[in-house]
Formats: sequence, structure tokens, C-alpha cells
Amino acid sequence: MKKSGILMIVGSALLLGLFYFPLWNITLGAPQYPEPLGMDIYISGIEGKSEFDIQNIDGLNHYIGMKKIPKPEEMWEFNIFPLVIGGMAALGILLGILGFFKKISPHWFFGWFVLMLVLGVLGMYDFNIWLLDYGTDLDPKAIIKLTDADGNPISYKPPLFGSQKILNFTAHSYPRLGAWLMFAGMFLTLFAWWVGKRSVRPKSNL
Amino acid sequence: MKKLNSILAVAIFSLIMVSCGNNNESKRSGGAMSSNVAEKVYVAPGEHDEYYAFLSGGYSGNLTVYGLPSGRMLKEIPVFSQFPTNGYGYSEETTPMLETSFGFIPWGDAHHPDISQTNGELDGRWVFINENNTPRIARISLEYFETEEIIEIPHSAGNHSSSFVTENTEYVVAGTRFSVPYPQEDIAIDQMKGNFKGPLTFIAVDENGGMSIDFQLKMPGFNYDLSHPGRGDSHGWFFFTTYNTEEAHTLQEVNASQNDKDFIAAVNWKKIQEYVRNGGGEEIDANYAHNVFNHSTQTATTTMMNKVLTVDPRDVEGAVFFMPTPKSPHGCDVDPSGEYIIGNGKLSTDLTIHSFSKMLKAIENKDFDGDAYGIPVLNFDATLAGVVKDGGLGPLHTEFDDKGNAYTTFFISSEVVKWKLGTWEVLDRQPSFYSVGHNMIPGGNSRKPDGKYMVSLNKITKDRYLPTGPELEHSAQLYDISGEKMELLLDFPTHGEPHYAAGIHADKIKANSKKIYRLDENKHEHATLNESETRVERNGNEVHVYMTMVRSHFAPDNIEGIKVGDKVYFHVTNLEQDFDVPHGFAMIGANNSELLIMPGQTKTTTWEPTKVGVWPFYCTDFCSALHQEMQGYIRVSPKGSSQELKWSLD
Repeated sequence: MKKSGILMIVGSALLLGLFYFPLWNITLGAPQYPEPLGMDIYISGIEGKSEFDIQNIDGLNHYIGMKKIPKPEEMWEFNIFPLVIGGMAALGILLGILGFFKKISPHWFFGWFVLMLVLGVLGMYDFNIWLLDYGTDLDPKAIIKLTDADGNPISYKPPLFGSQKILNFTAHSYPRLGAWLMFAGMFLTLFAWWVGKRSVRPKSNL
Repeated sequence: MKKLNSILAVAIFSLIMVSCGNNNESKRSGGAMSSNVAEKVYVAPGEHDEYYAFLSGGYSGNLTVYGLPSGRMLKEIPVFSQFPTNGYGYSEETTPMLETSFGFIPWGDAHHPDISQTNGELDGRWVFINENNTPRIARISLEYFETEEIIEIPHSAGNHSSSFVTENTEYVVAGTRFSVPYPQEDIAIDQMKGNFKGPLTFIAVDENGGMSIDFQLKMPGFNYDLSHPGRGDSHGWFFFTTYNTEEAHTLQEVNASQNDKDFIAAVNWKKIQEYVRNGGGEEIDANYAHNVFNHSTQTATTTMMNKVLTVDPRDVEGAVFFMPTPKSPHGCDVDPSGEYIIGNGKLSTDLTIHSFSKMLKAIENKDFDGDAYGIPVLNFDATLAGVVKDGGLGPLHTEFDDKGNAYTTFFISSEVVKWKLGTWEVLDRQPSFYSVGHNMIPGGNSRKPDGKYMVSLNKITKDRYLPTGPELEHSAQLYDISGEKMELLLDFPTHGEPHYAAGIHADKIKANSKKIYRLDENKHEHATLNESETRVERNGNEVHVYMTMVRSHFAPDNIEGIKVGDKVYFHVTNLEQDFDVPHGFAMIGANNSELLIMPGQTKTTTWEPTKVGVWPFYCTDFCSALHQEMQGYIRVSPKGSSQELKWSLD
């Protein structure tokens, strides 16, 4: 149970990487932007990949009537996400310590994993709603108004995951180091549960 | 006169020979080798050149930037001439750059760019370049590729033997090509001999590049033609070629060509520096402009200076010597080791090479051959290291590679000649098209040349390109010098008359090149950093428009209340912070240039409306998809109209 407790502590501590590294990244490359513009999405706000990228993305987006990229104070998510991640990391570390001293069953680890998975999916869902709103709720006085074959305004929503062409830009949306640390951490907690189960079972048989 | 005739005869003969040779050459160069040659200069679309080459723009007054080996022109940097393309010398911010003690001068004659050095190697911080006509030295930033400073050289005339820098950029020098009364006075021209002087000015460069005249060496009234610094062991010395030691004042082509030998002046500047630091020299009246462009305020200022420290070379023991050098030497070049000083005797077929170590010995032994105005003349044989015999006709300039070879240009026989330092043996020769002046090897005048390419900068173009009427651009050729034999790779036109050039590996510069001007560092007095701060203010008949530009509109774009007789100042700030998104500003009927304003920049132009009406202005740079819409109107009412100032952007 010691080993699985350590794995649980390490796994949930990896979530803390999200406070330092971006969760997600969207880059926008175009013929005129051989060095793509990019946004690093942190749990507490959005930053340009290069210093003036946000300003320049906003500048370009005004042609199609997009809203400006939100500042941290303009989205409740950027206040809540750090609390959720910090809370889950603390909870995971606490469970790991209790597990290390055999105070609790490893199934608590699995419980933590499931809760984290649900919160993660909710987070992604919320992120996608924001992207959809950002890409479709356009200023009616937009300079450039393009419609699809059926005459409906086209969506400028960047993909949640993957690459997609939007007018002259190609948007690439992929997880970054913070997310990879989180995935690795979650995998470790699942592994902790499995290791814990194996170490507990023979003992209970004795 | 007889001698001159024979030289001309040889020259004409050799021209005939060369032109015959050329025909054969051009036939040969079209063969199977040409695809191989093409590969050597081919820089694929989107790829970058390996070297920057900074070519003097000559009588364009500017500096052009080329890439090598492609020979593509990358930029023209305005230096001594007004440049309507971006408003340099027209905008309120930059007109002070062209101020002199003679007033505003819209033009200059740029000659010899030289890149700053540290420990004898090119460091890529700045390029210096001299103006020959109204003596000045400019310093150009290699972060912004902009002229940052211009200092006028008082008491000088024909600032030709400059702007060469010492091994650690301690000094940039400015020598006088036309001897003149020093200081200027009303004197009969035929009283020249003995009365005119040839001051050599040493300009100290501080760590931020700031230039200030440290001292002026009051030399005899010869013509100081070209110069180069010592390096390695000879660091601390500067060498200047002279002609017209005859001190002729008329028909100089004949009268200044009578002495068999003129001099190379060897100047121990370290000694003189020490002398002036210990209070030596005499402060005399002078009148010169010192113009500095401040990147923070984006504005140039002119400071008029009124004193200069002059040093009589005879007052500093062991500081200045003359080395006799045959045939009116032109180029004065020092090899990478600093041991050899090459005098390119332009009226002969030979090169004279002096040895620095032998020179020191001759000085120690007082092996003098008399003096000139009290300055010791060293014995010719005592300093002579060797002679390159029959290199060609009319040697002008020599550059060096990293393998102990030298490359000399021959103007009359129109060729570049490779020879070996030490053995003085001619190894190879290649024609130039035509009548080459300077040549340039990147780093070729430093301790560490890059012996890969050489550029010849030619004075005559004739038939090299599609004909474009009587007036032609000059031509340059690129040679591969990495092998035993030189190979002609490329021929490309250049702008103005690029006397000399300076080349440097791109890696030393490209990472430092700025992409934008930062708005948060814009301390321009009239900057408008936010659209909400745009406004129009009247002060008598002066109207100041504080305007911003961003894709794709001006703010404000409608202005009313301007009257005939007003003087309107447009202070225009480009709010972009994105690489390569300039906006232009042009006002109908403005007796001025446009403004080309890069991201984060503020520039000011003036307009004095003379006609009542509604007059448009627009963006001159196709900045964006909505560029055509980037426009505005100004209503001009009659003088004395009661129309109030109004402005808007809706």
C-alpha cells in the first residue's frame, strides 16, 4: 500500500503543473503569418505565445466581428479552474498520504480518478461552449461576412482538438505540457489504485 | 608629361587587350559549368542569404543592404539624403539628421561603410559611413537598420580617408582629401603650399556608439586618400595614403602626379590619445553639427558644437611618420595579421608592401630620409617588405582571405588579382566588368576574414544588363574565392556608386534585427498611444493633429475647422504591434513627402493648406484587405472663417 500511496501523491501532485504550464494551445498560421500567432490557455487565463499575439489576433478578428479574447476577469472559469485543480490536487495528496499509512482503501483512489475525469470532461465541455460562442456570436456590423452554401453565416470556431482551416488561417488546437502532466498524473492515480488493490488483496486472504 | 603619355598608351593598349579577352570569356562562361555556378548563388525562395553586404550608395547618399551570394538588394537605408519613401529628412523627427554648420543639406556622397569591431573581429553592432562632400560620419544601427547619429567634421574637406574603425571601435577616423586652410580663411589659392593643411580627425566611439571628436591631427596639406587601422601587433596605429604631396592646386591630374613617391602616413594614435589625455593639444574654434536620433523619443536633435582639440603632430614625439610609397597610392590596406601595409600605387603596375615590424625597427634606428614639414620620412628600403610585380594596371584596393592571400583590384586593366602574402607572387587573375574600384571580402579588413566570396564593385557598366538609356546603375560581380582559382559567379546591378562595402556573416546580425518599435517604449513628445487620446488642437494658426492608425482606419478620419493659412502638424502613430504591418500617410497637396510609419512608430509631417475645400488623405501602404478604405477627409475653410475645430471617427 506504501507504493500505491506514493504513486497517488505523485499523480495528483502532477496536477499542480497546470499552475505553471499551459493546458491547451491554439496556433493560427496563414500565408502572411509564417510564424503563426498563438494563444496559450492556462487555467487562470489566456496568454499570447509571443508577446503581442493576443492583440494581433484580436486585431485580425475584428474584420469578421469576433469578440475580443477574454481577460481573466471576464470569464468565471479562470477563477474557478485554479480552485478546482488546487482542491483536487490537495485531496489527491491527502488520499495518498492516508493510503500510505493504510488508513483508507485504495478504492478511494479510484473514486478520486472518477471525480477528476468527470470534472475534466465538464471542463472540456465548457471550453467547447466558449469556443463555439467565440466562433459564432459575431458582430452584425462585421466587415467581412461569409456564408456557407446554404446561406448561413460560417462558423469561425477553432477545433477543440486537431487542425482545421478557417479562411486564410489554419488553426491547430492541441494540449500542452500542463495537460500532459495532468493526463500522466491521472494515469498514475489509476495505476496507484491498481497497485493498491493488488497489495491489499493477498493480505486480506491471509 | 612623357611619363603620363606612356601610361595612357599602356592603358589604352591594355583596354584593347582586356576587351578582346572578355569576348572569349563570355563565350566560355555559357558552357556546362554554368549550372554549377547557378547552384552556388541560388538561394531558394524563402531561404536566407549567408552574408549581409552593406554597399555604399555613393552619390545617392545612402547605404544599401544586399544578401550574398544571391546579390538581392534587401533594403536601402537613408543616411545623408532625404528619402521620400519613408519620410527621412522630411519628417519633423528626422530633418535634424541633415543639419550641418552650412544649414540643412538634403544630399550627401557616401563612400566607405565599415562595421564595428571587437578584438579585431566584426561584431555587427553598427555600420559607420562617411560623407565625402560636406564632411560627416554616420553611425547606423544594425538592430533597427536606421541611421542613429551623424557628426560633422569641422576643418575638413573631402572626407575620403574614412570611416574606418580601430580594432575595438575605439575610434572611427575622418581624413581630409582636399587640403584646405586650417582653420578656413580668405587666402589666395596659389598660396596653398605650406599654408593649407590636411587634418585627420579621430572620433571616439563610446559603448553605446555615441561619437565625439577626440582630437584633430594637423597634418601637412597633402591629400589623405584612404586609410586602415593596424591590427594585432600594429593595433594602436593608423595608416593613411597620401597623394598630391606636390601640393599642387591646379590641373592636379598632371601636377599632383609628378613625385615618384608620395607617402603613407603612419599615425600612432595611442600615443596621441595619451598625449591629449594628459592635457596635450590646443582647443580651437570650430563649428559643426552633432545629430543624434533617440530611439526612445523617435526624434533627432542637433547640437551645434564650437570647439575642437587640435594636435600638431610634431609636438608628440614618435607619433607620426611618413613611409614613401610609389605612384600616388590610393588604397591603404592592412593584412589580417597587421604586419603588412599595402600601398596601391594607382599610377603603376606594382604594389608596395611595407612591413610593420621593419617600420618599428626603422623608427628605432632613426633610419630617416629627411622630413616633410618636420615629420620624419622613413627610408623607403628600410620599411619595404616586398613588391607585387606586374599585378596589372592601376591598382586601387586590396582585401584579404583567411588563407594568407590578398586580392587587389586593378582599375585600368579591369581585373581582380589574387596574390600571396609574403612571396608576393601573383596566383590568379579574373576580369571585372568593368573597371573595378573597391573589392570586398566579408571581414576582409579585420583579423578574421571569411574567405568564401569576394565582391568587385565596378565603376563602368556599359553592356552588362539590358540597356536603360545613357544613365546606368553600377555593376558588381561576385566571385567564389574558396578554391585556388577565383570563379566568377554572379553579376548584379548596384544603386548609386557603391565605392566600398562591408560584409558580415548573417548569424552575427539577424537575430538582433528588431521586428517592431514597442509602443510601451514610445516616448515621442507627440505620440498618441491609444485611439481614445486622438485629438486636434489649435494654437494660433498652428494646428496639431494627434492621429493613430491601425488596420484599417485613421483616428480621427474627419477633421473640420482647418483654415487656409494654417500650418497643420500631423503627429501620426501606428498602433500595430505586429511584424511588418506599416501604414503610410499622404495628404493631398502637401509640399512634403509621405510618412511610412512602422508598428509602434510616431512620425510628424506638416501641411499648409492653400485651397478651400474638402481634401482627402489616405494610407499609402497596402496594409490590409481594407486598405483602400483607410482614408479620411479634412475640410479647409477660408482664412478667418468661424468654423470651429471638429473631428470624429464613427
